[in-house]
Amino acid sequence: MRIKKNIAVSDTGFLFNPSTGDSYSVNPIGMDIVQLMKLNKENDEIKKAIMNDYFCDDATFEKDFYDFTMVLRNYKLLDDE
Amino acid sequence: MAKKVYERPIIRPLNTGMMNKFGTRTEYLPVTHIDGVSVKSLIKQYGSPLFVFSERQMRENIRFAKRTFETRYPKVQFAWSYKTNYLNAICNVFHQEGSWAEVVSRFEYDKALNNCVPGDKIIFNGPDKTDEDLRVAIKNNSPIHIDHLDELYRLTDIATEMKVKPRVAIRVNMDTGIYPMWDRFGFNYETGQAWDAINKILASGKLDLVGLHTHIGTYMLTPSAYGVAAAKMADLALGIKNKYDTVIQYIDMGGGFASQNTLKGSFLKGSDIVPSISEYAEVICTALLNAGFKNSELPTLYLETGRALIDNAGFLLGSVIANKRLSDGRKATILDFGVNLLFTSFWYDHKISPAQEFGMHTEDTVLYGPLCMNIDVIRENISLPPLNAGDQVVVHHTGAYTVTQSMQFIALRPAVVMIDLMGKPHVIKKKESLKDLEKNEEMPEFLKQFKLV
Repeated sequence: MRIKKNIAVSDTGFLFNPSTGDSYSVNPIGMDIVQLMKLNKENDEIKKAIMNDYFCDDATFEKDFYDFTMVLRNYKLLDDE
Repeated sequence: MAKKVYERPIIRPLNTGMMNKFGTRTEYLPVTHIDGVSVKSLIKQYGSPLFVFSERQMRENIRFAKRTFETRYPKVQFAWSYKTNYLNAICNVFHQEGSWAEVVSRFEYDKALNNCVPGDKIIFNGPDKTDEDLRVAIKNNSPIHIDHLDELYRLTDIATEMKVKPRVAIRVNMDTGIYPMWDRFGFNYETGQAWDAINKILASGKLDLVGLHTHIGTYMLTPSAYGVAAAKMADLALGIKNKYDTVIQYIDMGGGFASQNTLKGSFLKGSDIVPSISEYAEVICTALLNAGFKNSELPTLYLETGRALIDNAGFLLGSVIANKRLSDGRKATILDFGVNLLFTSFWYDHKISPAQEFGMHTEDTVLYGPLCMNIDVIRENISLPPLNAGDQVVVHHTGAYTVTQSMQFIALRPAVVMIDLMGKPHVIKKKESLKDLEKNEEMPEFLKQFKLV
């Protein structure tokens, strides 16, 4: 699961889609996930990195990550294979 | 490196320059305590959901309202509107502050008696009073507010039979320039119905007409309407004095003062548009004082304010059951309380605050209750920080018409707690049990035994 290459990502929590002109705000943990996606990390690697940085249990993150990626897909920000 | 506090990842589109039906973010601080008692400890001790009332806020409200009216008018009497909230502990806070009781049914009447309110201080309103109810009210010397001609005739017959002259008032409805006009209760002023009723009462000589009562509406945002109503009531009272040489002892202006809740569809928040008690007091008292009463014949002003005296003293605490994503992309959060407890969410956009710390990001969310019914929606749209299952929320301004209108539907009703002036919580109503629910049920003999195959 990868973020589209043309999506501009700022360090302060903004995403910009130049092909549609849409912009988005993302909270810090969301930003961490997006940055990891930009680095082409696999889901397991993303989960490991987040669990390493945040107080969270497996099940909670799994549910929230699923929801987050669904929203990213809904906004057409993912480069779905 | 220490781990960071976890918050659900969220992303939201930025729509610059466009209106957002979810509104802007309004909650910047969590509500972790009520009157010094932590929300988490209340839920831990009494369960979730939980109604919580602040005795301090109730007393502040009634004292402020009394002071506001009494500094403008010499004779004022508040009567606690039982239907707004008739938990006995709540009623007794207002009775301790000098409020009489205003009731609209026999069981409310009996509740007031059980709360040691003297009969002559129980105002009996409402369209449904049986002959037996009227007899009891007459015996107790309660002022009976007549709603319709059928009641007037029945009451006259009962008074004749009992050989007493009951103290009565008539309820008057009128055009005060607001819409919708409430004309289903009482006798109309403009069409002459009110005068017809007054003439019948005074001509018969069998009832003692001591007062006039009106209640022009509910959640009234236009104080000037009360000025119109008070002037019309004063006109009736002065007319009665001129025609029958009878002095009307009191004018009851009813209730209907708005609380600071936000009505659905309102562009501005309730707290920004709701008039203060002072604004209502100013127009009512000015109209009565300028009406032309002799000082010695100035009627006492009765007020039956409920909502404005208790709404902000009540809170509903609850917990998040789950989050989900709807098919159209909206976030939905399911709470453990719904329209069964918060009937008022059908007409209010209740203010809801998280009870724990949260970050600066918010999500557009739909809040659902726990009922397996499509109508169970607490807020169609609200901007809230991400909430996780198990997180807690505080619903504000739930003191009026929530407990009394709560439904035992699908779920059992929760406990109700009052925090006293010392910050100590007291259970004023226990959590409902299945036993409570079934105690009036009976099983016919032929249904008691069966074999399910």
